[in-house]
Amino acid sequence: MKSEAAVEHGAGAGKPPMWSIALGWMRRNLFNSWLNSLITLAALWMIYEVAVFLVGWALVNAAYGFDPESCRAAEGLCWPFFADTWKLFMVGRYPFELRYRPLLVVLLIAGVAVPGIFRAVRQSIWYYAVWVAAGVVALFIIRGADFLNISLVNTGLWGGLMLTMILSVAGIGFSFPIGVVLALGRRSQSMPIVRALCVGYIELIRGVPLITILFMASNMLPLFFPPGFDLDKVLAAQIGIILFSAAYMAEVVRGGLQAIPRGQIEAAEAVGLNYWQTMAFIVLPQALRIVIPPLVSTFIALLKDTSLVAIIGLYDLLGIHAQIIANPIWLGQGVEGYVFIGLIYWIICFSISRYASKLEKRFQAAQH
Amino acid sequence: MTPPRRDQPQSLIALWRNPVARAWIYQIAILLAVGLGAHTLFQNTRRNLEEKDTVSGFAYLANEASFGIGEILPVPVLEGGLIHLLIAIVAGLFLVFLLSRWQKRRGSTIGADTRLVIVVFILLFGVPLAVLFYSGDTIRAIHYTEANSYGVALMVGLLNTFKVSLIGCVLATLLGLFLGISRLSSNWLVAKLSETYIEIVRNIPLLVQLFFVYIAVLRTLPQPENSLRFFDVAILNNRGLYLPSPIPQDFANLFMLSIAATLTGIYFWRRHVKQRQDRTGEQLPFFLPSVAALVAVSGLVWLIFGTPFQLEYAELRGFNFVGGLELSPEFTAMLISLTLYTAAFIAEIVRSGIQAVSKGQREAAQSLGLRGGQTLRLIVLPQAMRVMIPPLTSQFLNLTKNSSLGTAIGFAEVVNISGTIINQSGQAIEPIALTMVIYLTFSLSISMLMNWYNAKMRLVER
Repeated sequence: MKSEAAVEHGAGAGKPPMWSIALGWMRRNLFNSWLNSLITLAALWMIYEVAVFLVGWALVNAAYGFDPESCRAAEGLCWPFFADTWKLFMVGRYPFELRYRPLLVVLLIAGVAVPGIFRAVRQSIWYYAVWVAAGVVALFIIRGADFLNISLVNTGLWGGLMLTMILSVAGIGFSFPIGVVLALGRRSQSMPIVRALCVGYIELIRGVPLITILFMASNMLPLFFPPGFDLDKVLAAQIGIILFSAAYMAEVVRGGLQAIPRGQIEAAEAVGLNYWQTMAFIVLPQALRIVIPPLVSTFIALLKDTSLVAIIGLYDLLGIHAQIIANPIWLGQGVEGYVFIGLIYWIICFSISRYASKLEKRFQAAQH
Repeated sequence: MTPPRRDQPQSLIALWRNPVARAWIYQIAILLAVGLGAHTLFQNTRRNLEEKDTVSGFAYLANEASFGIGEILPVPVLEGGLIHLLIAIVAGLFLVFLLSRWQKRRGSTIGADTRLVIVVFILLFGVPLAVLFYSGDTIRAIHYTEANSYGVALMVGLLNTFKVSLIGCVLATLLGLFLGISRLSSNWLVAKLSETYIEIVRNIPLLVQLFFVYIAVLRTLPQPENSLRFFDVAILNNRGLYLPSPIPQDFANLFMLSIAATLTGIYFWRRHVKQRQDRTGEQLPFFLPSVAALVAVSGLVWLIFGTPFQLEYAELRGFNFVGGLELSPEFTAMLISLTLYTAAFIAEIVRSGIQAVSKGQREAAQSLGLRGGQTLRLIVLPQAMRVMIPPLTSQFLNLTKNSSLGTAIGFAEVVNISGTIINQSGQAIEPIALTMVIYLTFSLSISMLMNWYNAKMRLVER
């Protein structure tokens, strides 16, 4: 087909005109039968209706400026809502005069991430150590530290996108090593008790909804600590998220472990490596490389799941929104907030998933 | 170097060098650590509970609930007719299981002998129906009121969870099938629209979508007086969605029974047609006679005995609609968002399932002379199903677990009721544990069923 077309082009008097190519494409892809033509027209009409509605809602009938009063009269989107509340959506009730701190963390993470574009840097184990260190530093910047004379900010004031990101990044960071251990335990041949414990844990957690784990974290977890110990609400939720995510991580990692041919392990044993050496130098490096794309999907799922902390009273994106629309000024502006939150989640999740599918394609190409 | 003496410390070293012994030492150590941790947590919890004067145990389930539930389904009581019915069903399943084992030992299957198939039909459907007919009147159901116990409240929640999950699974599968096939459409616009929908819905948390549907869409609907009406069949306002409800008339049972009998007949006709084709290659008509028989029998019963179901429409009385099938805003929001969300994931499963069937299979079918529909029905779908069913089941389980988000908008499902019980009774551990056990039982039984199905499919595949 291709060569034929090329020959035609070479022999003929140059390319066919643009409009003819476009018409040909439309005939093939939109109007190739009378039924398809009908469907195409119906779809076009639907798109037109939706577009008219959206433009009317977001632009024509919208209220502009900074005055909340103007929204009462307007039928459409209330732009003043965003002008006033976007800070709350970003960092929640984090003190206004300390807002440079989250900004500093963003810069810090960007600073660590940029060298990662070089392959040589990515392949160094030290780069990952730097990431871990950056995480610890970021936590101290956000939370503050007495011994460094950085004023403390109570976790009750953390909120918005910042809290969502902290919960999900820390969730994935801590649950990953736990998940690896659980997966190794589940795959263990010689230790039936350990295997049973791991299988029990994984199936228990995967069998119940996250919200029950979060209820457990907020209602039951404080009872586990000695009397008088006051468990931080954010920390409790974070523990719940880590415990939940670890089971899913374990299953992802197990998928990678299963993909490693048995010959690799036998070869390692033949060379004289013991179990931990075999795992650390032979099996895990290969298995973890395979599971990077599903790990990214797990991260997206976790990021979406952190929205449930609003139900147990944390001020993440949804939680802070509930606070905002309880304010009489913004009463009845629910739609704007939900659209905004949806957009934030969508931008983050969609870009990560696109990156993951790119990675997956690259891996597949490397294997062939 | 003198060889080591064969007594004392050497044996300990040997124990440590023995992989099996070492594994057991590790395991005992880990078990001890886990046990110690659990003991500490238990002791702490006990002391905390003592300080709060909380009585532990499940006695609270019998206490009066004294809170209202917006969404009430009748809870059947485990006595009289229900017990008979359950016994009949379980006994039927058990006997069929024994029968299949017996046939297997003889190197045959139930399906090979028509007489055995008839026996299975009688055991699985005939006997329970007969039991229902004779002792159906003694089945009693509780209509929850505030005077009932926490236990009954929890049962109502459980039924609500089942209700929304079951309907949600059916609707999500239908929508997902449609979206997944659209995504592979030769029409570029349709494929792109479907992809856009999937990518939007999959990347926004369900909870955000749920709130959006509940607060941004349903709350902004008009008052009952200005309801949106679709040909007077469906009525939508800010109090919920109203649909006509079928009211069974005198001969409704007979009508349903005649349909069941016809379906049984169709099943056996299909068996006969298949066996005939396997034996002789001759194809008997199947589809048209079946439809004709179904229409004829049900139509005949309808004509002789009158309409089996009368539709009752909701009517505006005062400020609200009365009668018909009322779906609360919470249930409607839950159902819509669960369906829209899960359908996007199911669409991806359907797409990858269809794409997993290699093109050669289709081409081979065409070269054998199968028509388009036959290729899809006999070649593509059976193979796609094998790939699709395990992830589909996990999506159904996800949907069921996600129905727990109903607690955020006050839909009275298990987690919501448990939350209310926690707040009212002061029990923290037991309601959460009970909720977890409920979900766990459900998940584990479904995954056991799944493993059984996979094993069966693998056997077929060889």
